[in-house]
Amino acid sequence: MVNDRDAFKQRLDAARARQGLDRATGADAGKGGLPGGNWGIGFRAGVEVVSALVVGVGLGLLLDRWLGTWPWLFLVFFLLGSAAGVMNVYRLFNPRRLRKD
Amino acid sequence: MAVEGKAIDALSQFELATTFGPIGRAVGFTQSNLHMLIAGALIVALMVIGMRPRAMVPGRLQSLAESAYGFIDEMLLAQVGPEGRRFFPFVFTLFMFVLFGNMLGLFPYAFTYTSHISLTFTLAMLVFVLITVVAIALHGKHFFGYFFPEGAPLWLAPIIIPVEIVSYLSRPVSLSIRLFANMVAGHVMLKVFATFVVMLGALGTLGPLLSIMPLAINVALVGFEVLVAFLQAYVFAILTCIYLHDAVHLH
Repeated sequence: MVNDRDAFKQRLDAARARQGLDRATGADAGKGGLPGGNWGIGFRAGVEVVSALVVGVGLGLLLDRWLGTWPWLFLVFFLLGSAAGVMNVYRLFNPRRLRKD
Repeated sequence: MAVEGKAIDALSQFELATTFGPIGRAVGFTQSNLHMLIAGALIVALMVIGMRPRAMVPGRLQSLAESAYGFIDEMLLAQVGPEGRRFFPFVFTLFMFVLFGNMLGLFPYAFTYTSHISLTFTLAMLVFVLITVVAIALHGKHFFGYFFPEGAPLWLAPIIIPVEIVSYLSRPVSLSIRLFANMVAGHVMLKVFATFVVMLGALGTLGPLLSIMPLAINVALVGFEVLVAFLQAYVFAILTCIYLHDAVHLH
């Protein structure tokens, strides 16, 4: 019974692969996405940190202006922005989608 | 224009000016807009004229059009999966618009519209709004689970959630800054070395000989800029695909 099911699954997989239906999961590993190169990666990491900081500082300043709490939210969001920048860089090297669903 | 009062003036090439005389001035039609229209017309021409023969063995234009199509199609398939096909028109348009903007900017007297952050940020916001709408439409309330990864300890939530939100909001910023900074840096370098050529050339008898050096650098730089122009369009498109993957699959 179990064997039968496995055999069917194998044939189904083979058929799906032939039809190109499973290409997305199969080819995923090879074409990992972004072009490499030391300069490219370095520049990308820098941009990720800077943009997260820009968003954090911008949000903090806006909220401060709105709520009149200068400089506290600015400081908090500055830290959040830096943390988000570090996380962006971390995610650059360890993409989320490694986890298969 | 290159040398004005013995000073290097590398940034005036990014200034906007209206074209088409008084009509352009009345409606604020700049050379940037003109180049966008040219790029759009060229893209449409490439696809329409290139695909007209519909030959089994494609000619030059047709194979260019086909490989551009296949390039984005494969990228979407590999990055997003079969569900990604429905975003093909969006990503293809985006890629071609950025690519043609970068490439057109390399021609003499042309204007690089991708060197303005207002344009790149608008494109990035377009992507950002699209991925958010797609994620909410497909997953509803689960979209907000994106900001708190499963398995993380609950007491970390007050830290993780704001950090994730800031990180999510930084996507359009990083997307736009990357393209804009690359294009501006390349064009400034080209202009600076071109100015050196003119300055050294005016130095007297030895000048023209010396000015060969920056000229050689500029020749190499133009080749490098062609690479960057393509690479940045590619990066813009593939990051759009990666974000679309996140929006469609949403871990």
